[in-house]
Amino acid sequence: MSWLHPYDLARRSGSVRNVTLLLFGVLALAFFRVQVVAGGRYEVQSQENRLRPAALPAPRGLVTDRNGVVLAENVPGYSVALIAPSVEIFRSTLERLVPLVPLDSQRIEQLVQRYVRAPTELVVILRDASFEVVSALEEQRPWNPGLVIQADPKRRYPFGDMLAHVVGYVGEVAENELQEGVYPGARLGTVVGRDGLEQRYDALLRGKDGQKFVEVDALGRTVRQAGEVTTLEPEPGVTIRTSIDLELQRYIQESFPEGRRGSVIAMDPRTGEVIALYSSPSFDPNPFIGGYDPEQWRALAESEDFPLFNRATQARYAPASPWKLAVAAMALERGIVEMESHMSMPCAGGMRYYNRYFRCWRSEGHGDLSLFEAIQQSCDVYFYQLGLKLGLTNMLQDAGALGFREQSGIDLPNEYRPLFPPSTEYYNERYGRSGWTNAVTLNLAIGQGENAQTLINMLRFYGMIASEDGEAPEPRLVPGDGGNSRSLGLSRSHRQELRAALLAVVDSGTAVGARIANLRIAGKTGTAQNPQGLDHGWFIAFAPVDSPTVVVGSIIEFAEHGSSVARLVTAVIAHWLLGPEAVPEGTPVPWLEIPADSAPEPVPILPDTALLNQRPGQAGTRAGTRTR
Amino acid sequence: MRGRGLDKPLIAVTGILLVLGLLTLYSAGQTDFPTAVAHIWKRQLVWVGIGTVAAGLAFRFSPRMLEWVTPFAYVVAVLLLVLTLFFGVGVGTAAGTNSWLAIGGVRIGQPAEVAKFATILMLARYLGVKREPPQSLVELMPALAIVSIPFVLVGLQPDLGSAMVFLGILFAGLFWVGVKARLLVLLASPLISLLLAFSTVSWGAWIVVLTLLVLWSRPYLLEGLTVWLTNVAMGVVALELWQRLAPYQQNRVLSFLNPELDPRATGWNIIQSRVAIGSGGILGKGFTEGTQKRLAFLPEQHTDFIFSVVGEEFGFLGVLVVLSLFAGLLMVLLRIARRATDPYSSAMVIGVGGMILTHVLVNVGMTVGLMPIVGIPLPFFSYGGSFMLTCLIALGLCLRVAWESRLSGYSDVSGEWRRA
Repeated sequence: MSWLHPYDLARRSGSVRNVTLLLFGVLALAFFRVQVVAGGRYEVQSQENRLRPAALPAPRGLVTDRNGVVLAENVPGYSVALIAPSVEIFRSTLERLVPLVPLDSQRIEQLVQRYVRAPTELVVILRDASFEVVSALEEQRPWNPGLVIQADPKRRYPFGDMLAHVVGYVGEVAENELQEGVYPGARLGTVVGRDGLEQRYDALLRGKDGQKFVEVDALGRTVRQAGEVTTLEPEPGVTIRTSIDLELQRYIQESFPEGRRGSVIAMDPRTGEVIALYSSPSFDPNPFIGGYDPEQWRALAESEDFPLFNRATQARYAPASPWKLAVAAMALERGIVEMESHMSMPCAGGMRYYNRYFRCWRSEGHGDLSLFEAIQQSCDVYFYQLGLKLGLTNMLQDAGALGFREQSGIDLPNEYRPLFPPSTEYYNERYGRSGWTNAVTLNLAIGQGENAQTLINMLRFYGMIASEDGEAPEPRLVPGDGGNSRSLGLSRSHRQELRAALLAVVDSGTAVGARIANLRIAGKTGTAQNPQGLDHGWFIAFAPVDSPTVVVGSIIEFAEHGSSVARLVTAVIAHWLLGPEAVPEGTPVPWLEIPADSAPEPVPILPDTALLNQRPGQAGTRAGTRTR
Repeated sequence: MRGRGLDKPLIAVTGILLVLGLLTLYSAGQTDFPTAVAHIWKRQLVWVGIGTVAAGLAFRFSPRMLEWVTPFAYVVAVLLLVLTLFFGVGVGTAAGTNSWLAIGGVRIGQPAEVAKFATILMLARYLGVKREPPQSLVELMPALAIVSIPFVLVGLQPDLGSAMVFLGILFAGLFWVGVKARLLVLLASPLISLLLAFSTVSWGAWIVVLTLLVLWSRPYLLEGLTVWLTNVAMGVVALELWQRLAPYQQNRVLSFLNPELDPRATGWNIIQSRVAIGSGGILGKGFTEGTQKRLAFLPEQHTDFIFSVVGEEFGFLGVLVVLSLFAGLLMVLLRIARRATDPYSSAMVIGVGGMILTHVLVNVGMTVGLMPIVGIPLPFFSYGGSFMLTCLIALGLCLRVAWESRLSGYSDVSGEWRRA
């Protein structure tokens, strides 16, 4: 037993011990590296492993009217979210839930896409789950361990369709919007403002989402809402106080002729604060919140009345007779006329311009009128001549200065830009250099032709006439930031004269039927040519005439005459200035037929073959002026 | 009387390891969504009981008697392995391998565990009767054959992990009887060739080193040539062998080299294990509190990856304690082997030590990514009856060896010191 010699054994046993201890040392070193050196990193990884972030939605800020009445609020609701370890399980769970949660195949695909994008984040499959659905799902939980049901405040609009176009509504942010960064700070699943003030002031209203963590196991089963881990409390959104007066808004909605399309805006000309804004037909935004019914949405989006369309800011109409004030203001400013100025040709129901006959709305004619009377009577013949005297180039230039090519700047999203030719180049491009004549000037002078304005932008122009200093701040639903002011540029006396003429319109002119006792209302009716059917009626008015505090404008589609709109507008003014008692609550405004002010035949602006060389600038100066 | 001669350190270390193992196994079952693992510790407790009784019986077994029985045990073990090869079934964590012997659908056990022990005994018997340590590769052939038969049979199951244990047993035994280190390197050279063959450069370098080594150790010409040619052949067939491996084995090797290759599939185990261990930090998350384990991120937390539970719940300190206990156990075994009264006993104890060492190194190394994932159990910790039984019986025999050496002179460690 030589190899068992104690000396040899001791030597080898030493080697064996050393090798063994060395190997254990290596092991210990490996553990030291993983547990002590990299322990922090693995700790984080272990947290990430098991904790799935779930957004704690911040309660959106409230929206109130000027008196603090809540127009948009949050009510308790539940949302249902899902986590899953794999896309297959995600999809099969969704399909299992279909009997309980209304999901069509398109929506399922959408959710699967969303899951694939961020598999570790919760996917909200149903917002605003009813209590029945929540309790049914809660029963299903043992079989669907990835379900997360959480309290999720839900938006509610207590006044429904009354303020839909003002307040807007909310919806889950879309993926392309996230990529384009439309909503800074939004993440997958964030609820953002979709229209109206909700969209415009989304950054303020949305607040800052908090975060909590849901603890899941390796199979994606939620174990618990991780309480001990830091939860980031949400920062609630800011409450926004609008200048809307709910009572006036309600009155407008109730008084608006049933089934008609159009809009009404009431604004304080001094500050630009919008007191009421209504577009008809309206819609109830409440069903949109939290997974709307696609059928319902389609019905709304495809309705021929386009209820989603805000006719106060997004519909463009020929400005018609209210535009005459703009022409008058431009001419007064340039010193071409005074209020007493007469035109060379008295109104005989129309006028011949070269080989074309331009009619006045009153076929029997107005006779010889001053500018004051022409405004009062809305005489087309007078304004044809005034337009020619002003000249096309000047008119195009001044219209720009008065903001007729710009949005009003109201704090609502997606306001349409009014259309007005920037220069004569527009005509050259559209009809060819010799394809048009100065006849366009006549059309433009009475608010027809290549001119399409929104109600809000026209209202801002009337605000300039109504305001003390001839300035019009940007219209605002939420008072605060000023924005650019527009200036009429006229002298105080000119403005007073224009106001007096507008007062005469209501007192004894085209809107005489809309007079309100005890109130001196100045306004202008209008009838916009509508090639598709009946004409659209305009009325824009302000009161009290000496120092106006409110300007109200309305357009009603297919109303035939502006004078029929006037009654609604003056009633709104009376309601605002004199209180509800002045206009009995609930009784609809009588739909009076009053003489129309302006319905000239649409005049083609195509050129006379005989006068191809006629140039706009020269033609304007040819008309003579006769001052009385 | 006999109680006084017992090796108390061996009993103490084994006892502590058994208790820690049971506690860890209990904790491994504590998951948030309870599984069958939750109650597995009770069954393990029964196995510990059976094992302890068996160890007691083994202790009564004289080494002389054992030496006589050894060839029969070896033959039976090999026959069982052959049977397993034909009738084996896969189950549980070893589902990919047919390592279980079943009769009429009833699983009897894993013959590989029995074979490990039988091989230890057989090797000890062969080496024990040798007067001189084997001086050449040719002289090593019988020892090689003893280990190769079960090695190949287990490798065919295919159970790579258990096969590795046979190599651990072989090299521990050969070194213990005084085989020269360079001879061992030559013996291991084909394997090294196999491993290095993945890169032509590394394999080429190895062949150069090997050539120098062969020239230096000056074996017989035929022997040297055989070694050299075997190495070349290994390098050539490596690719072929690689393709012969089961896909799951290939994946294990690949994910060992780079766990991030496929983090959700083959790399999952090692990544999650490392996260569990790493997140344990210095002090751990506390008994039964490991989140990786609780939330089922940790795979096979009751068998192959049970040490990850130790790392996660008891931290680096706990790891040090358990590793120290294992090291302590091995040191005790080394001492017993050194003081053994006869070569057979000495070689047997060393074989047991080699087996335990290989198991610990491979299993623990695997949990931190030092070793490829080959499923072999951690002694006293991993759930499993056959291996628990094997370990305890082996330690019972070691206890007997220690007892006999004490009777013949050594009283205890302090006694030796006093005598010196």
